[in-house]
Amino acid sequence: MDQKQDIADRLAAIGYIADGELATALVLMDMLKRPLLVEGPAGVGKTEIAKALAALHGTELIRLQCYEGLDRSDALYEWNYQRQLLAITAREGQDAAATEAHVFSEDYLMERPLLAAIRRPIAPVLLIDEIDRADEEFEAFLLEVLSDFQVSIPELGTIKAVTIPRVVLTSNDTRELSDALRRRCLYHALDFPDVDREARILLTRLPGIDTTLALQIARLMEQLRRQELSKVPGIAETLDWAAAMVGLKVSRLEEDRTAVYETLSCVLKTREDRARISREVADRLIGKVA
Amino acid sequence: MSLECANDLGPAIRQRLAGFVRTLRDNGFKVGLAESSDALRVLSASGIDRATKARPALKALLCGRRSDWEGFDLLFDAYWSGRNVKLRIPISGNAALASQRTIKTLSEQTIQGGETALASDVERRAVDGEREAAPAGKREGASSFETLARTDLRRIADPDAIAAAHDLAERLSRRMRTHLTRRERIARRGRGIDLRRTIHASLGTGGTPLRLILKKPRHKPLRLVILLDASGSMSLYTGVFVRFVHGVLDHFREAEAFLFHTRLVHVSDALREKDTARALDRLGLMAEGVGGGTRVGEAMATFNRWHAARVVHSRTCVMILSDGYDTSPPELLKAEMAHLKRRCRRIVWLNPLIGWEGYEPSARGMAVALPYIDLFAPAHNLESLAALEPYLARL
Repeated sequence: MDQKQDIADRLAAIGYIADGELATALVLMDMLKRPLLVEGPAGVGKTEIAKALAALHGTELIRLQCYEGLDRSDALYEWNYQRQLLAITAREGQDAAATEAHVFSEDYLMERPLLAAIRRPIAPVLLIDEIDRADEEFEAFLLEVLSDFQVSIPELGTIKAVTIPRVVLTSNDTRELSDALRRRCLYHALDFPDVDREARILLTRLPGIDTTLALQIARLMEQLRRQELSKVPGIAETLDWAAAMVGLKVSRLEEDRTAVYETLSCVLKTREDRARISREVADRLIGKVA
Repeated sequence: MSLECANDLGPAIRQRLAGFVRTLRDNGFKVGLAESSDALRVLSASGIDRATKARPALKALLCGRRSDWEGFDLLFDAYWSGRNVKLRIPISGNAALASQRTIKTLSEQTIQGGETALASDVERRAVDGEREAAPAGKREGASSFETLARTDLRRIADPDAIAAAHDLAERLSRRMRTHLTRRERIARRGRGIDLRRTIHASLGTGGTPLRLILKKPRHKPLRLVILLDASGSMSLYTGVFVRFVHGVLDHFREAEAFLFHTRLVHVSDALREKDTARALDRLGLMAEGVGGGTRVGEAMATFNRWHAARVVHSRTCVMILSDGYDTSPPELLKAEMAHLKRRCRRIVWLNPLIGWEGYEPSARGMAVALPYIDLFAPAHNLESLAALEPYLARL
């Protein structure tokens, strides 16, 4: 599949390093018009996929952040009650039916992400972030929208999709998702990148970084993730830390161990983890990767 | 439908693909008709001459969860490259130690495979009226095991006692449930006013809020997660416990069950089958290797790593049914217990060995796990399980 290579190259050009399986999944998304469900631990770049996809197709990214208690009015549409009330007061004494038709027109409709996503003239990328945080009822509702791509608003009638958005769902696995949703979606399990991929990410995102240093940092991150940390550092942490190294003009990890140790706070975000990686452990790890 | 959209594919590949999808379904993948037809589309559209090249595409399409994702490659290789060869597939964990199953016989073979020491074994012996009660599993640990255990088995192997066992398990979980429902109803009273909805509703009455809309606090019912040790040293009790777990899954609003020996298997779906015999059949498929050694520590590690985030929340009681004989390092079990303790509300460890006179929790695994356990109780028979009810109802 040269499409796959093509999409991987184009993603790399805009700063997202995808492996073969992910690139295939993205090709399939377009071919089969199915949403993509990405699962994996926090900080592996799930959300970045959607951003990269939007940049790749040159379209808008519409994001719906899920949380417990999210409902239709936050996700789909809501009437602008204040303006409706004002309009009703202003038109007091006029024909009641006309007033009603007026206040339930498009002018008073507030689009929320899901509605916005199907009404754009150019198909946007719809990111439904952390779907596992929303309730099961919302998941069922989402399933309905994602299969029909039409929304019915009682006062206005049915709104059909102008374009079918590319949908990316992410999940942190805090709740079991329904089989129906899983079946509807393409699936990709994203894990922490291997050393090569992480080094490539560093080189792409931090053009000023030295190749050897990037490789060393990637190897050290791999070692760190094997230590039983309570918050396993993600790719964003790696980038921060590498940026710190570049900023401090460290060119090899073993040359300036103090700086390495002192900047570890970029990657270790709890006190426990900080205590676990003592000076000796850090030295040993640096020794391993240098 | 699938035939029309894939005209350019030969019938052979279509059939092979259908077979593959069937194999996936047998292995717990949730794959529907739409997915099969899309799979054909993918194969024809990408102009792939050999299915093996389509692996990443089929993987993205046909997998639905992480366990699917991890098992897919093995199943794919077995199906597409090793036709009719007796392929051995280690499902997870240490390949040498993990139990192995044969892909070809997956759908046909049931619990009959002699070495499974599950409930049906106990039952079969019971029906035969046999006394040769020496269990199939190997015995680890205490030397007085055999004689004492036989007493336990005789009582359970009596067919009437089996029926009574199931009844008790069911009655018990039903009683637990009524407690739970009552708790939930009390909590369901609106405490505050939802202003936005109230104003919205007031539009119909000209802006006068005649009908107040109240907010209800959200409540999570107690969830019971059971980790059942099905290793050789537990084989005498596995039957009773499987029935108990079956009853619990049947009647609790929220319950999950896992079975472990040298690895950990999620068995809720299989056990939710209403018919006990079918549930046990499905369980037999998933739990081959039952009756082997125990790796409590590693099983707990797998649980914490891959399942805990999903199935354990702050109102979860984790119930471990095990004798604590563990072949993994005790430090591992200690660390994992500490980890689990931070996650859940209560940890109950039911140990059949406590039922014996003069038992001390001296098994290494048991000793390190003790500090993290909220309730350490005997469960060598059903009376002892029933005795737990007040405690569970209070959680």
